Amino acid sequence: MGMQMAIRVFLPLLLLLASAEHSFSLYEDQVGLMDWHQQYMGKVKHAVFHTQKTGRKRVVVSTEENVIASLDLRHGEIFWRHVLGTNDSVDGIDIALGKYVITLSSEGSVLRAWNLPDGKMVWESFLQGSKPSKSLLSVLINLKVDKDNVILVFSKGCLHALSSIDGEVLWEKDFSAESIEVQQIIQPSGSDRIYAVGFVGSSQFNAYEIDAKNGELLKHKSAAFPDGFYGEVLLVSSDMLVSLDATRSSLVTINFQNEEINFGKTYISDLVEESSSNAVILPSKLSGIFAIKVDTFSVFIRVTTEGKLEVVDKINNAAAVSDALSFSEGQQAFAIVEHVDGKILLTVKLNHDWNGDLLKESIVMDHQRGLVHMVFINTYIRTDRSHGFRALIVMEDHSLLLLQQGAIVWSREESLASIVDVTTSELPVEKKGVSVAKVEQNLFEWLNGHILKLKGTLMLASLEDIATIQGMRLKSFEKSKMTRDHNGFRKLLIVLTRAGKLYALHTGDGRVVWSLLLSSLRKSGSCENPTGLGVYQWQVPHHHALDENPSILVVGRCGPNWDAPGVLSFVDAYIGKELDSLDLTHSVTQVIPLPFTDSVEQHLHLIIDADHHAHLYPRTSEAIGIFQNEFSNVYWYSVDADNGIIKGHDLKINCIGVADEYCFDSRDLWSIVFPSESEKIIETVTRKLNEVVHTQAKVIDGQDVMYKYISKNLLFVATVAPKASGEFRMVTPEESWLVVYLIDTVTGRILHRMTHHGSQGPVRAVFSENWVVYHYFNLRAHRYEMSVIEIYDQSRADNKDVLKLVFGKHNLTSPISLYSRPEVITKSQSYFFTHSVKTITVTSTAKGITSKQLLIGTVGDQVLALDKRYLDPRRSVNPTQAEKEEGVIPLTDSLPIIPQSYVTHALKVEGLRGIVTVPAKLESTTLAFAYGVDLFFTRMAPSRTYDSLTEDFSYALLLITIVALIAAIFVTWVLSERKELQEKWR
Amino acid sequence: MSLLHSLLTLSLLFSSSLAFRSDELLIDDEEFGLEGGVQGHPKSPAVAQTRSSPPPSTATTTRKRYSDSDQDSKIQFSLEHAFGDSEFSPAGTFTARLKTWNHGGQTLTKLRFSRNDFTELEKEKFQNVLKGDDFYKIRLPSNVLSPPGREFIISSVKARCLPREGLDEHFVIHMEGINILAVNYGSPGACPHPRQLKLPTKWSFNSHTVLKNTEQAQRTPIFSEEILGGEIGEGGEVVMPPERSFWAKYWMYLIPLGLIVMNAITQAMNMPEEQAGGQPQQPGAAVQRGPPAAVRRR
Repeated sequence: MGMQMAIRVFLPLLLLLASAEHSFSLYEDQVGLMDWHQQYMGKVKHAVFHTQKTGRKRVVVSTEENVIASLDLRHGEIFWRHVLGTNDSVDGIDIALGKYVITLSSEGSVLRAWNLPDGKMVWESFLQGSKPSKSLLSVLINLKVDKDNVILVFSKGCLHALSSIDGEVLWEKDFSAESIEVQQIIQPSGSDRIYAVGFVGSSQFNAYEIDAKNGELLKHKSAAFPDGFYGEVLLVSSDMLVSLDATRSSLVTINFQNEEINFGKTYISDLVEESSSNAVILPSKLSGIFAIKVDTFSVFIRVTTEGKLEVVDKINNAAAVSDALSFSEGQQAFAIVEHVDGKILLTVKLNHDWNGDLLKESIVMDHQRGLVHMVFINTYIRTDRSHGFRALIVMEDHSLLLLQQGAIVWSREESLASIVDVTTSELPVEKKGVSVAKVEQNLFEWLNGHILKLKGTLMLASLEDIATIQGMRLKSFEKSKMTRDHNGFRKLLIVLTRAGKLYALHTGDGRVVWSLLLSSLRKSGSCENPTGLGVYQWQVPHHHALDENPSILVVGRCGPNWDAPGVLSFVDAYIGKELDSLDLTHSVTQVIPLPFTDSVEQHLHLIIDADHHAHLYPRTSEAIGIFQNEFSNVYWYSVDADNGIIKGHDLKINCIGVADEYCFDSRDLWSIVFPSESEKIIETVTRKLNEVVHTQAKVIDGQDVMYKYISKNLLFVATVAPKASGEFRMVTPEESWLVVYLIDTVTGRILHRMTHHGSQGPVRAVFSENWVVYHYFNLRAHRYEMSVIEIYDQSRADNKDVLKLVFGKHNLTSPISLYSRPEVITKSQSYFFTHSVKTITVTSTAKGITSKQLLIGTVGDQVLALDKRYLDPRRSVNPTQAEKEEGVIPLTDSLPIIPQSYVTHALKVEGLRGIVTVPAKLESTTLAFAYGVDLFFTRMAPSRTYDSLTEDFSYALLLITIVALIAAIFVTWVLSERKELQEKWR
Repeated sequence: MSLLHSLLTLSLLFSSSLAFRSDELLIDDEEFGLEGGVQGHPKSPAVAQTRSSPPPSTATTTRKRYSDSDQDSKIQFSLEHAFGDSEFSPAGTFTARLKTWNHGGQTLTKLRFSRNDFTELEKEKFQNVLKGDDFYKIRLPSNVLSPPGREFIISSVKARCLPREGLDEHFVIHMEGINILAVNYGSPGACPHPRQLKLPTKWSFNSHTVLKNTEQAQRTPIFSEEILGGEIGEGGEVVMPPERSFWAKYWMYLIPLGLIVMNAITQAMNMPEEQAGGQPQQPGAAVQRGPPAAVRRR
């Protein structure tokens, strides 16, 4: 009875605490106190400079994350930014009329104009076309049709000319019937003719001459080159193109403006002695000069006036070349950036004069940025009226830097826009022995701060004071310290980005503590296309092991396919140094962190390869010893979503035929085969491995106890009809369905199976404790829905008798075997939900006592906190009094969206892809990190901070009250003494 | 008819060749069948439980209409088993009636199972598996009409979970039309964790089979506006209880007030006494109070 009483007393208390409806809302002055927001764009692929005389200098960029943005050239800040959809990648960008940014996107089918100063969209045109092709964009500056610049777009086999004022199509010329692959659209300066050149087949060269005013075909020339072509053509001068022949051993010059098309052939071996046949023409837009890449060399070749080719220079290092930039009096310049012993060398050269360097600067560059990938140059007038040049460079780690006068003016860590995986690390414990001066200063600051705060609370503060208070709160020294704090709010977020760079971000203010470009994830001879897969906690030293630094395991593979060999890196989490790296002989399909650690607290990991072999790491005999003890209890499962098969495996003795004691064969224990004609797997979700569940018991109506079925081995699977598996295919409700499963991954038992007829994906789901919440689309109701499934253990349901509990006649402590037939019941309920959802996760706290909130990444790139109590199968239209007291909310058909419960308040996490929650040491608090193109971090308390005083608690007020009270006691004491004395003398 | 006949004779032949004759017990027209290995075996609680949860997907009326229609046909598919890492070998046969619905769907009903007895070799293998605490595996075709379909459905259990008096086994076969999605195989009851080595006294199987189809999800309730309005009104009431008593509202003020009043009353009570006592008593009172104060002052 005692326990039950305790539960009955404790639970309502908790629920009372949890019942704050507006559980996450902020005041205006609290923004930025415990959250931070960073804006990024991604790796830049095009940049155009804005050289308008009025206004500040800007650069407009488009990136690989489908972002177009306007940046301040002085500071690198974002003026405006647009994140296009995931399928709307930008093909080209240019400036028209000096005030519009023109972007071509979605494989050349959407052309948009944005207003340069504020980024508002001016017009949008959809271009039709029949066949996929290269997408080319060019704005004809010197050709005016009624004071209007003409925009030429070649896309989908069709050449369009559009007005830059309103995006109206002026004329169209369809090439799809001609079976030509158009390579270039050329407009010789000063003429109103344009040329479309391209190949038919591999050896026929075609050139079309078109009137730019009306799209009339003036001339069509064609010539065959018997050796065939390789790759693309490059325009080197107004009338000459360069390409490679099919064997890649010689350069072909094509002269197309004469009556006849002339070909000229030059062997690369004649130009470069020690050349192989793997030459590539570097894409560049220079005139009279071009670069080819032969082996590791970049060879610059000039076209002489007679049409001959001659080598002007050979650069031995990885180099990047900019496009030509015309500055005063028709002079053209371009920039070359190369790496010379640890520094980068920026050279700006005149187009026609190779030896006349306009600029030569060498800049010290952090080697963590890798090689230069791209360079864009811009000119400006110096104070002495000469021409200066600045260069925008894109590095291997995706960072963007502006170089001017031999220095890095600003840099942006654009790699953080493409986070692949996130993990956390604790900060070092604070060392004892802080100097007295520091304390005194801190004490003074502390007192000063509190007096200011007191002023604020007593409404005595002036405007400046308020500003100081706010500034102090935002830049609190406490927040960004590099040591562990008592509440566990300060941590390091270790993020792996697509560039193969690892960053440690401080949770206090989001600054980069260290960054590391992983050598194992860089492109090299043995590893052509490295991809980062994930980060795992490798070594987490115990609290008392102060001298050890935790380390992180980074897993990657050398190629886009699952059977590519893997790479591992071990990185120190405090200083960001690569401790070790391994090139694996096997592939990596799954990484399973095992719940075992060895004597130096390294976590054991199993890596499963494409052949279903398991490899144990770390490769020590001690690890083998630990693993052997638990060998028979290790099960794993694999999901083959393409074939609709889920299989369970256990491990056998060592691999056959391989002399490797860390390799284990696995065998199939169970399989579930979804019929391919009716079901397709679209989502699988498991519980978080490190989730803590506080209690297994759930009290119902204050009387009854239900036991949650809590198993680490549950897998939620959602399948849909194959017809409806794409993103919103046109299907009728009758031919689409969604089936959800709860599967035990040790035995392969299906514990729950349920069909939602007339529903389709995409499904987003989250699994926690004993419940799953998933989001899908209901075709019948034309609305999004969210459903919850809760699963309860019936085999323990009769442990309600207190006497039994007292005398130990219960089965609560007996070990659970999954081979027993499970006695479970499931409860489920569905609700409508307004938004479509990008991702769902759940808050997690240190002990799991605090009630849970779902964090929903909405389609508007915001994070919405929704109380789990809204998704409770026990909700009914008219809850009983007991249920009401317990906090069961009356059933409504849709889930409420309370504007105050947006965790991101007014901010947007553009391109939101994932949300990670990490428990703080303080039970009430959870740390949430949302990432996409932007990063957002906040601290949230789903049931309010019931276990600590709030940030703005005024200690000074408390202190002053105490002092005043003590003073009052003394005064009254003295007074009473005096009175007594007087009375005595009477 | 001839097919049925041949099947019957086949099954007769089949069963007569075995040492143990399986005596099938068909419970009723439900989708699950029950196969008792030993005649007169008392019904285990597990069986009762399976009966108590019939799959809710099919309606009784339609089933009755089609139960004896010509579209039904009998089909047969085999169960295979393996001991530890051994190869799979035939272990029994499932027979069922294939029912074709008027909307074109096909489902299985009246599932029966006849299990072959272990041969001596198999007994030996099973004992080895028991000793090594290894897996006993079974497999079924994923498509009952064209076995094995795309792939076999495998399920396995630690062999030590099976032996009771005889060998108890429990199949839950998850169906989707004519496809078998998964089979959950294990003991019908618990399998306590430190698995003890226990050899079966009788080498015969008690088989329980359950066919399961998918459940329908509940439709999301759609409330009309009025109900919603009512809901909100009610909710509002819940948030603001209509009448809280005066005491409940103002107790925090009333208690100090009461204390002050009581204090005043006691003082008022004392005052007349003191006045009644007159002046002479006052020094005494002062003396009484004096010493501790004096002590304190030092």
